[in-house]
Amino acid sequence: MELTEREVAEAAVKAGANADEIMKKMAEHKGCETDSDGGKKASCGTAAAENDLPPEVWEKVKNHPCYSEEAHHHYARMHVAVAPACNIQCNYCNRKYDCANESRPGVVSERLTPEQAAKKVLAVASTIPQMTVLGIAGPGDPLANPEKTFKTFELIARTAPDIKLCLSTNGLTLPDHVDTIAKYNVDHVTITVNMVDPDVGAKIYPWIFYKHKRYTGRDAAQILTERQMQGLEMLTARGILSKINSVMIPGVNDDHLVEVNRAVKSRGAFLHNIMPLISAAEHGTVFGLTGQRGPTAQELKKLQDRCEGEMNMMRHCRQCRADAVGLLGEDRSAEFTTEKIMEMEVNYDLATRQAYQARVEEERTAVSGAKAQELQILAGEESDIKILVAVATKGSGRINEHFGHAAEFQIYELSTGKGAHFIGHRRVDLYCQGGYGEEDALETVIRAIKDCHAVFVAKIGGCPKKDLAAAGIEAIDEFAHEFIEKSAITYFKRYLTGVKDGSIVHVEKGDAEIRPGEVAKDVVASVAAE
Amino acid sequence: MSLKIAVSCVNCSACEAECPNEAISAGEGIYVIDPAKCTECIGFHDDPQCALICPVEDTCIVDESYPRYQAA
Repeated sequence: MELTEREVAEAAVKAGANADEIMKKMAEHKGCETDSDGGKKASCGTAAAENDLPPEVWEKVKNHPCYSEEAHHHYARMHVAVAPACNIQCNYCNRKYDCANESRPGVVSERLTPEQAAKKVLAVASTIPQMTVLGIAGPGDPLANPEKTFKTFELIARTAPDIKLCLSTNGLTLPDHVDTIAKYNVDHVTITVNMVDPDVGAKIYPWIFYKHKRYTGRDAAQILTERQMQGLEMLTARGILSKINSVMIPGVNDDHLVEVNRAVKSRGAFLHNIMPLISAAEHGTVFGLTGQRGPTAQELKKLQDRCEGEMNMMRHCRQCRADAVGLLGEDRSAEFTTEKIMEMEVNYDLATRQAYQARVEEERTAVSGAKAQELQILAGEESDIKILVAVATKGSGRINEHFGHAAEFQIYELSTGKGAHFIGHRRVDLYCQGGYGEEDALETVIRAIKDCHAVFVAKIGGCPKKDLAAAGIEAIDEFAHEFIEKSAITYFKRYLTGVKDGSIVHVEKGDAEIRPGEVAKDVVASVAAE
Repeated sequence: MSLKIAVSCVNCSACEAECPNEAISAGEGIYVIDPAKCTECIGFHDDPQCALICPVEDTCIVDESYPRYQAA
């Protein structure tokens, strides 16, 4: 059985890996700058590649899983829930709801003191050496809890100085804290910007608390947008990278987000992340209770495509919890509860972490090298055909997950223009309510990926393969454990050849359903065991 | 009078930081207001800050069992 990066890492940590040897390799390693054929530069990121970015910016994003799509296959992040207070109310959020099996922003299982958070970071960093980023994202607003937030950063900067710090805010008090953010070397800040027009904002924010007063309606949204834009400009002036999160709410701000995109781009935002509204009556949010729907997969993609010409778009966001731990798409927070952490003997070993990360860099170079080689296969091909394919993966950029074990599928768009282009992921597990008991698991998968022509897996049984074929989705296991992009391009080349010689009839596929979020590891295990 | 916190409190702690009298603290299960310290924000702000920032409606409410606060 092939080991995942994590399993290798954990084994290495346990065995006390021969760091010297790996460090030597790291010194020889030339990073992502050249591919194995020499000459042509390989791309290390998809949304934003190394060659598109100034070196100081690349240094900040290259191992940040949220800022680099390519990095998210290899590096992990964690959030610590030290910031429970909030200063605004959003119609998609309900602070009363707290469920361990549910994955969405604003939800946590435990709140931590800064001291507990610092211990947790060390415990996770020692167990998961590819954890490179610590974020504070709530469950309220980090900057509505400035003392707890900055105390946490201070403690972590002292004990684990190699970890990148970031925070996510609604922006209301951002201008008051930009200098402190700079002082603690927080070099990534995410601002949630859902509107730049107060009339739109009035439909999203019932109230804000600002300078000892509660503002409602248009006035609230007017103050919020002014503060957000001012904060963004201040971050840009100080060279702090900013990502803009926007929640796409059909009929409320969907078209308007194109204007938001222009507004934040002109103020120097680095990355725009348009996320689908998560809305269900059982969440008890205003939007959930009024029946406000979220977008479909194709509605979301269309809006992201419209904005992509303007600036870098993030498409790999899992809308994770404010206490998430692990690679994007997995949630290992259940392994690191306060009770478990306090019992853990933490041995923070920077050399082992660096040695492991050097191995990750070798793997990354191999992945991008493979992609560059395969792009040559498509050279000379020109076609208007674009198809989507779904991939079952555990990480490392490889097709290495069994169909039946996949909690989500990564979606790639294949075209002769861009080769294999990552456009998002589809969650196929069920959480909290319902579950596999109420609904046929395979039907759930088909609904989530029915806009795809094929699904790439490490292994699949005969029955699901037949059912997928009946739904017009080809299940492909011949590329098991190979690189995703190389395999997808090989498949696409064969597809185009088939269309040309008439053995394949190209058909357009329909829309698909979005199930946002990520899944807790123990839930996957219990579902797999059933 | 003083304000009090109802059982619908979600322990977000937002009120604690806003209270000008340091009357609010984490109690058993929910946050609590010390009626001996609460001035309903009279002398500080137009409205009680805890009630303005509380994310759950009707959770920071007037406690009628105490007499109206009199500014000194």
